[in-house]
Amino acid sequence: MNIRLTGLIRKEFLQIVRDPSSIAIAFLMPLVLLLLFGYGVSLDSEHIPLGLVVEAPGADTSSFTAEFHESRYFKTFAYTNTRNAVQAMMAGKINAVIVLRQDFARQLRQPDGAPVQLILNGVDENTARIISGYVDGSFQNWLEHDAAMRGMQSEIPVRIEQRIWFNSELRSRNFLVPGLIAVIMTLIGALLTALVMAREWERGTMEALLVTPVSMSEVILGKLIPYFLLGMGGLALSVAMALWLFEVPLRGSLWVLFAASALFLITALGMGLLISSVAKSQFVAGQVAIIGTFLPAFILSGFIFDINSMPKIVQVITHVIAARYYVAILQTLFLAGDEWQVILPNAAALVLLATIFLGLTWRNTRKRLE
Amino acid sequence: MQDTLTSALEASRLSKTFLAGGRRITALENVSFRVRRGVVTGLIGPDAAGKSTLMRLAAGLLIPDSGSIRVAGLDATRQSLEVQSSIGYMPQRFGLYEDLSVQENLDLYADLQNVAIEARPSRFGELLGMAGLAPFVHRLAGKLSGGMKQKLGLACALVRQPSLLLLDEPTVGVDPVSRRELWGIVYRLVKEMGTSVLLSTAYLDEAERCDEVILLHDGHLLDQGSPESLREPMKGRVFAVKAADVSRRTLQASLSREPGVIDALIHGDHVRVVMEGQSPPASRPGMEISPLLPRFEDSFVTLLKGPAAPVHAVTAQGRPVSATAGPVIELENLQRRFGDFLAVKNVSFSVSQGEVFGLLGANGAGKSTTFRMLCGLLSPSAGKLRVAGVDLRHAASKARAKIGYMSQKFSLYGNLSALENLRFFGAAYGLSGKQGSNRIAWALEEFSLSEIRDAVSGDLSLGYKQRLALACALMHEPDILFLDEPTSGVDPLARREFWRRINELAVQGVTVMVTTHFMEEAEYCDRLAIMAAGEILTLGTPSEIKASAKSENPTMEDAFVELIQAKESA
Repeated sequence: MNIRLTGLIRKEFLQIVRDPSSIAIAFLMPLVLLLLFGYGVSLDSEHIPLGLVVEAPGADTSSFTAEFHESRYFKTFAYTNTRNAVQAMMAGKINAVIVLRQDFARQLRQPDGAPVQLILNGVDENTARIISGYVDGSFQNWLEHDAAMRGMQSEIPVRIEQRIWFNSELRSRNFLVPGLIAVIMTLIGALLTALVMAREWERGTMEALLVTPVSMSEVILGKLIPYFLLGMGGLALSVAMALWLFEVPLRGSLWVLFAASALFLITALGMGLLISSVAKSQFVAGQVAIIGTFLPAFILSGFIFDINSMPKIVQVITHVIAARYYVAILQTLFLAGDEWQVILPNAAALVLLATIFLGLTWRNTRKRLE
Repeated sequence: MQDTLTSALEASRLSKTFLAGGRRITALENVSFRVRRGVVTGLIGPDAAGKSTLMRLAAGLLIPDSGSIRVAGLDATRQSLEVQSSIGYMPQRFGLYEDLSVQENLDLYADLQNVAIEARPSRFGELLGMAGLAPFVHRLAGKLSGGMKQKLGLACALVRQPSLLLLDEPTVGVDPVSRRELWGIVYRLVKEMGTSVLLSTAYLDEAERCDEVILLHDGHLLDQGSPESLREPMKGRVFAVKAADVSRRTLQASLSREPGVIDALIHGDHVRVVMEGQSPPASRPGMEISPLLPRFEDSFVTLLKGPAAPVHAVTAQGRPVSATAGPVIELENLQRRFGDFLAVKNVSFSVSQGEVFGLLGANGAGKSTTFRMLCGLLSPSAGKLRVAGVDLRHAASKARAKIGYMSQKFSLYGNLSALENLRFFGAAYGLSGKQGSNRIAWALEEFSLSEIRDAVSGDLSLGYKQRLALACALMHEPDILFLDEPTSGVDPLARREFWRRINELAVQGVTVMVTTHFMEEAEYCDRLAIMAAGEILTLGTPSEIKASAKSENPTMEDAFVELIQAKESA
């Protein structure tokens, strides 16, 4: 390595050590985000408050409601009439109401069957869909029990035997934490580099730097290498927390995880450098990095929100979000294993994006002030 | 070819424009000149003259629109890497990494300049000794004083012996003592190493220290030559005028209206007059006229102004200020501490009505802290402070209604138009309805702002900005005017016009308080106090202060430097 590049790298490390804000972005932020999302956010639905209105209690209705009392998914509240239950739902005390009408027992054995009313609070459509699914499941269970009790075969010819793969306990943490690593790496890669480059412009040190015989590739490498190492440090911290604090299983191999992360980090650094070649104040660079890289990584990467359920046009947009490919690789590596048919195409997309970002940076950054 | 080899830098028909806010701004237009080898060439001009653009073009940081610039025979645009290997460049803010130590900054620039490891210890020793930084090698650059930063920046630019040294406004915001030291270093370089130096500055007095000067104004080359040759045509045209019976301000006002007078400027106890020809201004009884040696500024002003034009009289304020008995500003043992640090130590002085009082000192001397306390923006830690008869510790807002404030940064709203700024400041001071619109009409008329009333103030030239800022500060007809470095960087004509208004205000009874580190501006004051390290070193009229200096025919700067050095050695 030449003397100019080592000089630049040494300078960058000295600055990182002396400036607590870089350390904070690289290590404190992952810590806070992981703790927040690992413990604070859970997409699992358990103990959903459910209102039960039984207009004419009897043996059949008790066996029906018992199915819900016993379920770990529901916490039941009994109401004597529909009006009270609806009021409770309005007040936000319960999320759904099941109404068994007066003629439930009588209609039950009739050929048409007994009507059961389910009222759902659809404000949060995701939760509503989950509740509806759980109610269906409990209802099927009850039908089978009921038939078995009466010594009859279930009338349903097909039975679903559920097996949940990859995340058999259905812990949302298991898929949130790997996705979160992608968000953290975006922050370190793009936000940090954009900020430190803009700082050089703002403080006038870039001008002094450019007048030395240093080449632009040395300036760019002088930023890439230190922040790459810093980012890998942040990654190591996040992976360690994922494995030992949150007990997320790692079914793939660690070296693939680090290789894929290195690739993504280079892409993110490329984004950061590209931003700073345009935005020359820390304020603007920070804003652009947050809106252009962090938020898309958060929302459009499939980290929390499923890409397949997004509108078509948004799905198309997600293809330019580097975090999307990295999230796919991370979730596969942690929960499924070294599945090359997932990893390779996503890695290829990352290589392509990294080339584009770094290439644009190369083209945009000239040894000039304009 | 021979000719090219002898010049360190050569610009031919150089033009450069910038796009700012959708408008094309001309920074340099058709500029041609040569910089000789082995001498100090000064690039002199006010802010926005095009000095930095020229420096950056020479360093290969900008591409000219047309024309070319060659450094030691190499094209600075096309062969920028070769040029950059042979020059040393210090940008305006010195280009230092503030979170790196003195040694680490030197190491970095030595790495970037490919200085051989073996050669470093002796080179660093030499540079640190020259800059007087040897005891501070492990101090962070951000913790150095302004003067020390400047010298470290210079050391970094010199880490590999350059053949051409480009210094972009190296003396801005630096105290006079450090300025002198920098000039000492520059001259040693030229003498011992034969380095060619191009140095830009807005201080006209620095031109006298250069071997050769290039005068820039509004992107145009005004003149080039040695300071003596530029002063030559002014010989016998500069006079000192004193009058026993009238004040300096009245004398200046009447002299500036006389035919044949190009420039009339208050300078200490006399008025300095530059004439169109060799004859002195018409003498009246009681007037004492003596010839003066021309200064560089005289030639610059003459070049800018062209033939003498009569100056229109100004009526700065609508009403004369009602007379007050006793001092308008009174400080007694004023103190201000920030934590353990005593920024202002036992400062006492008083200013009477209609007086122009200056506070002179380097950055960090305590001027701004004193000033903020006077404006009621900062409360004193101890001592008494009365402004306009009001104790600021108890009724700051009452006093503030009588105060106008204008700072060097021209605290205008850059994205509002001139008129909108006037309206806003009028409203902020509680002017409404007829009174408000009267004052706006007055400001537009008085400061000749009508033609630019709808222009976005951020795009205005420095001179207009300064006028607008002063108009805003005068909207509520204050009794006291505070000026914080009001004319730093503006061209000498704008500075003269500004001070003509200030003088007019003073004549009408407005009390004016100025802070400055600009020695020339100190000469315009009735009395001034020189501050250093939070204390007042001396207080008196400009002539009294100059008379206290030991050197012969001392300038204000000589007196200042002597005082600071005496204080440091004590």
